[in-house]
Amino acid sequence: MEIGLNHYLVLSTILFAIGLVGVMRRKNLLLLFFATEILLNSVNIAFAAISHYYGDLTGQMFAFFVIAIAASEVAVGLGLLIVWHKRRGTIDLDSMSSMRG
Amino acid sequence: MFEAVAFYLFAFLTIAMFYIVVTTSQALYALTALAAGMIFISAFFFILGADFLGAVQIIVYTGAVMALYAFGMMFFDTTREVKEKQGNKYIIVGLSTLAAVLTVVIFAAPMVSENIVALYPALDGVGNTQMVGLVLFTKYLIPFEVAAIMLLVAMVAGIVLAGKKMDISLTLMSSNEIKEKEEENKKVLS
Repeated sequence: MEIGLNHYLVLSTILFAIGLVGVMRRKNLLLLFFATEILLNSVNIAFAAISHYYGDLTGQMFAFFVIAIAASEVAVGLGLLIVWHKRRGTIDLDSMSSMRG
Repeated sequence: MFEAVAFYLFAFLTIAMFYIVVTTSQALYALTALAAGMIFISAFFFILGADFLGAVQIIVYTGAVMALYAFGMMFFDTTREVKEKQGNKYIIVGLSTLAAVLTVVIFAAPMVSENIVALYPALDGVGNTQMVGLVLFTKYLIPFEVAAIMLLVAMVAGIVLAGKKMDISLTLMSSNEIKEKEEENKKVLS
């Protein structure tokens, strides 16, 4: 019953697949952002597990930078969403087709 | 034994929470389930001995990011049900499986070839937080500073985009209107 690196990688992959399904089936942009958070978190688990089982801190460092990027992405993304909602009154993905040729 | 029980318990809880996030039709349920899932993920970090990362996960994700989403949701109409994309189910399932297999291959490739060598092995008698500090402020100092600048830029962008005077937001005005506003402000100031 020893928990090895593969257990964590499989868990991370399952969570990544869940996030991908969310990205593909969501139409609401806010819930699309939630799905991207799931993707980033699943990768963080893999980084931390590899960092632990190889006795190397590089994985944890990259996990920190991923967290920093996720935080700034949320700040800018939510600002853009608010601007879009003020303009169009909706945050559905289908409303963003003004550049369609 | 304790590690195995904790791993399976938190794995089940995390998967269940994230499954709720991608399937529920209520945005509020999705937000709450996502916050719970973030907390459960920090449990994995504590099991793996990455104490500082676990604390950062709780503070940044459940503290800052979730609060930001909660405030953002006040701007949107979240009470109504979310409409779903009616895509081809086979394409979705196929792409997800392909991406999952790809992730496993990416992670398994260096392990199969046994090429990974610890560049910054943990020292004896040094705690995780201290070790993180040592590595972060020696080898990863420049990425750390770049990340700090990026966060500053993101903060300024967030303030400009979602600022208080959104009804006269600079992003929605033409350049002539902006000039008029500037002159008005000069009159008020003088």
